[in-house]
Order: sequence, then C-alpha cells, then structure tokens
Amino acid sequence: MILSGWGRFPQQWCDVHQPGSEAELRALLAHGPRIARGNGRGYGDCAMQRNATLEMRRFNRMLAFDADGGQLVTEAGVLLSDVIATFLPRGWFPPVTPGTKFVTIGGMVAADVHGKNHHRDGTFGRFVDWVDLMGEDGEVSRCSPQENAELFAWTLGGMGLTGIILRIAFRLRRVESAYIRQTTLPAKDLDSVMALFEEHAQSTYSVAWIDCLDGGAGLGRSALMLGEHAHIAQLPTPHRAAPFAAQTKRTHRVPFDLPQAALNRMTVKTFNALYYRNARGSAGDRLVDWNSYFYPLDAVLEWNRIYGVRGFMQFQCVLPLESAHPGLTALLRAIASSGEGSFLSVLKRLGAEHGPFSFPLDGYTLALDFPFSEKSARLMERLDAITLDHGGRFYLAKDARMSAATLRRSDPRAETLAMFRREGGIANFRSSQSERLCL
Amino acid sequence: MNTKPVLIIGARSDIGKALAHRYAASGYPVQLAARAAAGLEADAADIALRHGTIASVHELDILDTSSFADFLDGLPEAPEVAICVVGLLGDQATAQRDLAAATLTMRTNYEGPALLTGLIAERFAQRGSGTLIGISSVAGERGRASNYVYGSAKAGYTAFLSGLRNRLSKSGVHVMTVLPGFVRTRMTAGMDLPARLTAEPDAAAETILRAAEKRRNVIYVKPVWRLVLAVIQAIPEEIFKGTKL
Repeated sequence: MILSGWGRFPQQWCDVHQPGSEAELRALLAHGPRIARGNGRGYGDCAMQRNATLEMRRFNRMLAFDADGGQLVTEAGVLLSDVIATFLPRGWFPPVTPGTKFVTIGGMVAADVHGKNHHRDGTFGRFVDWVDLMGEDGEVSRCSPQENAELFAWTLGGMGLTGIILRIAFRLRRVESAYIRQTTLPAKDLDSVMALFEEHAQSTYSVAWIDCLDGGAGLGRSALMLGEHAHIAQLPTPHRAAPFAAQTKRTHRVPFDLPQAALNRMTVKTFNALYYRNARGSAGDRLVDWNSYFYPLDAVLEWNRIYGVRGFMQFQCVLPLESAHPGLTALLRAIASSGEGSFLSVLKRLGAEHGPFSFPLDGYTLALDFPFSEKSARLMERLDAITLDHGGRFYLAKDARMSAATLRRSDPRAETLAMFRREGGIANFRSSQSERLCL
Repeated sequence: MNTKPVLIIGARSDIGKALAHRYAASGYPVQLAARAAAGLEADAADIALRHGTIASVHELDILDTSSFADFLDGLPEAPEVAICVVGLLGDQATAQRDLAAATLTMRTNYEGPALLTGLIAERFAQRGSGTLIGISSVAGERGRASNYVYGSAKAGYTAFLSGLRNRLSKSGVHVMTVLPGFVRTRMTAGMDLPARLTAEPDAAAETILRAAEKRRNVIYVKPVWRLVLAVIQAIPEEIFKGTKL
C-alpha cells in the first residue's frame, strides 16, 4: 500500500505487514530488508520500507507495573495516549513526552524523543531500564545498561536500525495533579528569549514559540512558555477533591485536504502576530490541563491535512551553545527573507548530549515546518548549510529529504552507526530513510 | 462496581478482546477462555493494568465437548455474563469438496458453541440469573453460494439461541443474539468491506454491552443491517437462486 509519514511526504508503495505475534514477526524476517513502524508519527520516511514495513500496533499490551518504583513494562505498539489514560488518574505521568501523545512507546525509544524538560531531564532513553530486541536471527535479547549495553545504547535513538523493539521497561514520574502551572513570558527578540531560557534553566518545562517572519529588529521575537506540574495545594479548591479529573477539550478533525493557499504567508503572519499579542496579554501564571499544555495540536486530529495533499516538510536542527546565537540569527534571517512562513516554529534549550546516536546536544534546537514546494525545498537546503556552518545537526524523526553527505558532515556518529550495523550483521533492518542516508 | 465476572469464550478473537476490555472498563472481572490460553496471558495482564480489574485465562477447546463441564467447574468464580464469540469462517470452496473441512466449520460454529452455551444456560437457570450472549452471524439468515457451510452452522446457532431465550424467558436468565455484520477483524482481513456496513471491534463491543444492559433480544451491530437483511429475505427464492450476493 501507499505509505507516508506524518508529513505526507514522501509517499511510497510499501509491502505492509501487521504481525500479531513474535512467531509471525520472526517468519517475516525471511522476507529480507524490513523496518518496524509504530503509529506513523515520524514525519518523513523513517518508518517505511518498500520491501517489508512491519506495523507493530498489534503489539499493544501493557504487561506489568511496579507501583513503588513506577516502572511500566509495555509492548512496543502501546500508544503513549493509552499510558497517560491509564496511569495519570493513578498519579503517574510519562517522564518525557514529545509534542503528540499519539506515538508508540517503541517509536519513542527508536527516536529517543525529547520533550520540554530535556534541559533538565534528558531524553526518554534516560528513563528506559531495558528493551527486548529481536535480532536478525529472530532471537530476542534483553538489552539494558548492564546486558548487551552497546546494543542498548545504539537502540536508543537508533531509528529502528538495530533490530525490532518488542518490549520496553521505563519509569513513570509521580505527579499530584493533571494540571500544569504555565507561565508565559514575551521576548522581544532572540537575545531576550535566549536570556530568558538561561534564566529559567530550573523550570521543569520550557519551550518558545517563535515568529519566523520578522526579519528586522524583532528577529526572534517569541513567547516563552514555562511549566511545572501543579501540586494539589496549588489547585483551586473545587479541583482538589479530584486532581486528576481534568476536563480536556473535545477534539476536532480536519475533514479534508485544504488547498495550500490556505496557509499562505498572510495567514501565517496573522497567526504569529496574534500569538505574540496573546503572550503579552496573558503573561503570568495560568493553570492548564495536561492535554492543552503538552498536546495542543492533538486536539485537531489529522492536522497534517491543513498543508494540502502535497504535504509538508519539517526541519529541526540543534546548534551547540557557543554557536547558537549567530547560527539562529542566520537561520531566522534566511527564513524571513524567503517569505516562506513556518506555521509552527519552536525554539528550545536542550541539555547535555547522551547516548551514541541521540539527537539532542547542549544548545538550542529550532523546529519548523513548511508546506511542500520547490521553493521551500531550496530554503531547507539553505538552512542545512547554515546548520552545518555552525556545527549543528539534524533530528532524524523529522527528516524526509536530507542527503547522506549532509548527515555525514553534520554528525560523525552516523559512520560509526553504519559500521556497527555492518559488523553486527543487522544491516537488513533498514528504512527508506536509512537507505537515503546510507546508514 | 460489579463483582461477578464476565466469561469470554473465544477470547483470542478481535471482538472477544474488545468485549473483554469493554466489560473490564465497566468494572467486571474478566475470564478469558480459548485454546492455547497461555498465549493470552499478556492480554490478561494488559486488561488488569488498564482497567484495574482481575483478568484470568482458561484453557478451552471448543471441539472438545466432553471437557465443557470440567471447564465450567474449573472457573475461579461462576460468571454473571457469558459471551460466546467463537467462530471460524473457513473456506467455502474447500468445504464444498472436503468433508473434514466442512465438519470443522460446522462443529466450530454450531456444535461447540451451542452445547457450551446450553450447558451454561442450565447453570444460570438453576441460579435464576445471568446473561448469555451468543455471537452468531447475518450469514445464517439466508444461505448463499459464497458461504453456506459457515452460514448454515450459524443459522443453527441462531435457532438454538432463539429457543433458549424462549425457554428461559421467565427464569431470570437473559439470552441475547448478536448478528454482527461486517466487523474489521482478522477474520475479515483482506476483504474489501463496504465502510457503511462495517464496524470496528471496539464499537461492536460497546453496542453489545449497551444492548445487553437493556436486555435486548436480537441485535445487529450496525442498525443498517436490519434493513439489508429485510431486503435479502424479501427476495423470492426463484429470483434469489440466480443472484450473486
């Protein structure tokens, strides 16, 4: 069938299988090159393989929970949304969450996802105690920092290229309520928002929405959103009796593919300006339910359709701290002068690098998306070049178009992974992305 | 919270699993019965974790009718609700020429389910309470060239449930027949199903639970099937025999 990632570009015919047991999975290994696919929320072609794409959603069972330490064992196809639905009412929350809850736990491991707390807590992988991995021979091995440690390390952020992730044990964190105390701080330019990030390094969660169209004095103007899990004592009295019964907004579905013109420069400009004003108006503390805080886009199901049938492309890079300011300035200038508005532009301070192939490093990450067009493709090549010039690298969960040469120049670890795969005899775990990037 | 369990017979099926989750979400302890039941331990753990209830697995071979009494005696607690989801579509073309294949389809869809449902009915009747739900099929409503071996077995099961309901109507035991129509499951995987006539397993489970609470007698998972069946049954045999349905 025709498959694509969440960005709907590229689209490819793939032979798709939906195994329901380890035995079925093992039998499929004989078909040659294959990659596991979770809920298809990777943006590009990281979970696609023409020869055999193995959908893991039938491996969707939670297996054990230790209510003392908070360790949860799940199969790889369990959705994060199901983990939250099950455990938030009991006072537990994922230790790290990406911007959507509709990801599988296996996918979170494969991309070693980060969240708004990366500067303090690191990636999801930091909370993974072990994974069960099916190798080329169909054997399943337990991988942890103690057992098969090297394989474990490469599996975190390894984009499914080290084997098929079957089961994961990870630790949830205790929370007292389903609410977040959110503080929104306006920042008039890049200097201000970076200063605010450094000033609020102790904040549990922090992320900035950034205006990518103002290329002048307001370059980098942003709204910085800080968040803390609310304690019971911080809730208004009516909520205290049922601190986990947060009402979440009803969801809407984008019913059809919008024409691309619906998201032209004007719409984007209005959106960004509105957002900025709102940030100034509502500066200060606000109590927000978990769903609105972590997953504002999940409220619009199939929001990827607003970009029309041609889809969109994501760009996410991270720049090391020492070159972050000049690098971000150059990136934002290039975007502003191109006139290609990015609907969602997110800036975030990341913490220390961890693991042999995980994306984050000590610095700043910028995430953008552009409707698919020749023009935006050229802009993204320009952004690649600026990132390389400033010693930055790219997030593979978002990538759909980078060249193998760009990856090699940005990240020497790529060649090490390729070698690890060749020597380990696991090169048949491969996606369209890994083929494109020669991993 | 309910304290008495629901027994799911044929718990490995997609509808069976969906029913197990739905009843667990309403607070029922869940008993999962199937062949090679050990393979359902992960599902039992998942149901227990997600819904904070008790879930257990129980070995049952629907063709081994002599084991039924021991099977029921071996349950940790007598169920309040018993649902038989057992079904085997089989291949019609094979069943036409291979008696063994046809026998398997008939025994799996009629003999086993009817005998077990009947045995449970006896125990429910003695107790004077309980709900029996049999998942039969619209295929049993009129025999068609494309699946009449399966359909005839389901017709038998539908008639059995109907008679049971009639007999037990004053006993405090309720019997409900479910005619699911198309449901997107492994049984129908690869078939080109019309969207308006097709239900998801979760939606089917929701419909079944609600209907059972209202003590309905015969339900279609999607109401539109009532209309479809009315039309199919209204076609005179002289015309029907020449159709390709």
